[in-house]
Amino acid sequence: MSRPSKEMLTEFYTMMVRIRKVEEMLMEVFSRGEIPGFLHVSIGQEAAPTAVCAHLNANDCISTTHRGHGWAVAKGIEIRRAMAELFGKREGFCLGRSGSMHLADAGIGIMGANGIVGGGIPIAAGAAFAAQYKKTDHVAVATFGEGATGEGAFHEAMNFAAIRRLPMVFVCENNGWAEFSPKSVHMPVESVTSRALAYDIPAVSVSNKVVEIYEAAGEAVRRARKGEGPSLLEIRCDRWYGHYVGDAQKYRGKERVEEAMAKDCIADFEAELIKGKVIRRKDLDRIQAEVGAEVEDAVNFARQCTYPDVSEMLEGLYV
Amino acid sequence: MKETRYIFAIKEAMEEEMDRDENVFLIGEDVGLAGGSFGASKGLYEKFGPERVVDTPISELGFTSLAAGAASCGLRPIVEIMFMDFVTCAMDSIVNQIAKMRYMFGNQYTVPVVVRMPEGGGLNAGPQHSQCLEAWFAHVPGLKVVMAATPHDVKGLLKASIRDDNPVIFIENKTLHAMKGMAADAEDDVVLPLGKADVKLQGSDVTIVTASRMVHESLKAAKILEQEGISAEVVDLMTIQPWDRQTVFESVAKTHRLVVAHEAVKQFGFGAEIAAAAAEEIMDELDAPIMRVGAPFAPASYSLEKYYVPSADNVVSAVKSTLERTL
Repeated sequence: MSRPSKEMLTEFYTMMVRIRKVEEMLMEVFSRGEIPGFLHVSIGQEAAPTAVCAHLNANDCISTTHRGHGWAVAKGIEIRRAMAELFGKREGFCLGRSGSMHLADAGIGIMGANGIVGGGIPIAAGAAFAAQYKKTDHVAVATFGEGATGEGAFHEAMNFAAIRRLPMVFVCENNGWAEFSPKSVHMPVESVTSRALAYDIPAVSVSNKVVEIYEAAGEAVRRARKGEGPSLLEIRCDRWYGHYVGDAQKYRGKERVEEAMAKDCIADFEAELIKGKVIRRKDLDRIQAEVGAEVEDAVNFARQCTYPDVSEMLEGLYV
Repeated sequence: MKETRYIFAIKEAMEEEMDRDENVFLIGEDVGLAGGSFGASKGLYEKFGPERVVDTPISELGFTSLAAGAASCGLRPIVEIMFMDFVTCAMDSIVNQIAKMRYMFGNQYTVPVVVRMPEGGGLNAGPQHSQCLEAWFAHVPGLKVVMAATPHDVKGLLKASIRDDNPVIFIENKTLHAMKGMAADAEDDVVLPLGKADVKLQGSDVTIVTASRMVHESLKAAKILEQEGISAEVVDLMTIQPWDRQTVFESVAKTHRLVVAHEAVKQFGFGAEIAAAAAEEIMDELDAPIMRVGAPFAPASYSLEKYYVPSADNVVSAVKSTLERTL
């Protein structure tokens, strides 16, 4: 796999900044009470969705998690309508029924974030099965955290995908935390790649660097598209914030939070881009400003959208 | 029409739908090479191959959710759960995913999954192979729940379920598998409407609302009652969710007495819903308290099964009880 071009590196940077700014904005409007419910942000984990989705097109399906905004953004969801959904408005992709935890856009293969940990993994396997059944070259990507690898759904999907050589990629963002519990209490193995061994599924573990992830994901997606079967990709990353926005993280301790926040996949990438003279400081600033304006616009759009009427409660429950 | 057996009628329905629509496929444990653990898919693997008759590992959750994903991408899966008891392993898939995918994603997806499973006692199979759990699914918005009592009905209802764009829980009964009866030929392509009950026997003194195996027990009960001069009407619901209120209420308006009979545990069974709806909506038509027939509130006992599974005698007692009483 060739190294990504300068344009691609700039696109990666832009996407990572977009994800970060969307989630920072969500935290802000959430704390102001503008959006209800639960909010799980993935700040610190922007590299994985950016790098993996760079290999996917609109026909490829992904299933995401409760911490899935980054994946939806990277897959290309329209920010305005995504924001409207999080605001609970009928102009949202899911008519205001899903909010953050079930965000979906069928038009570009975002099969839905899932409120059930691991729930989306076999659903993505189903999309891969459909691609194989219809003899297309579409692939499916199941995204999940290492906490989900304790679920039967993960193992059942891996087992079946391996047996049928489904065109899919299992992407695990290993951020070391299953909700409030550290890896030491929920995983006996250091890396999720060990779990893939049991199913004879090729697996690699990479650090939280966008280019490194891009290259590893490229091979996994290529294998899937060529009919060579599933792969697993683990990204070792850090969750900056708590399980949900508002989580005081007493279980984690201040030092560990600071340690995590000291590792910033965007700042590191920015430094590399400057050092390698790929892009100039002022261009980075311009990107930041443009993306900031885009997110601001999306929020303003969402604010102006309308709430569904109670008369729409049963609409479309059955076909 | 030709004579067949209930289990063959299931196979014929699947085969005819797979012939008609290449997006229909069957997935489950032992459905392929083995032809289904009760033989429902015998010959389908040979005819349609491993791509469309998909053997799976023992993993009900995994393959049911896989069907959900495949259905979201345009396929029409038929999932076979070997015994209804095993569907408990797939409850996340059915309750949290399949039932909600259309609604929660703002109608972006249709999820036309049929999940077939046999329920009920009669084989002395004990507490984990004999349950009737239809009420669980009827309680979940987004699902349809179908129960078929005869070879003719199982064929027509299964074809309808496969063609329906909604998820359908399709419940068979193990003791009916061997039942002989007439069923429609492939050329006639009989597709029965979901949500429509069938009056299996006309009567004037009491309405017995029932489904699946208990339809036959209720018909037996009606014969016994007839000898005593009591005329019972037997309404086979066929679809539990959405159930046919009109047919049930019209029948009660005629007989003024209502008994609901199912094999499932009586407490919180679908009989409770029908009794409550009748009490709410047509109380003035009732001349006597509504009676329910169902299994005792206990797991199915291996050795005591014959006392556990409700029979015609229980229906007769319930009918007599409602006839002896007035409001």
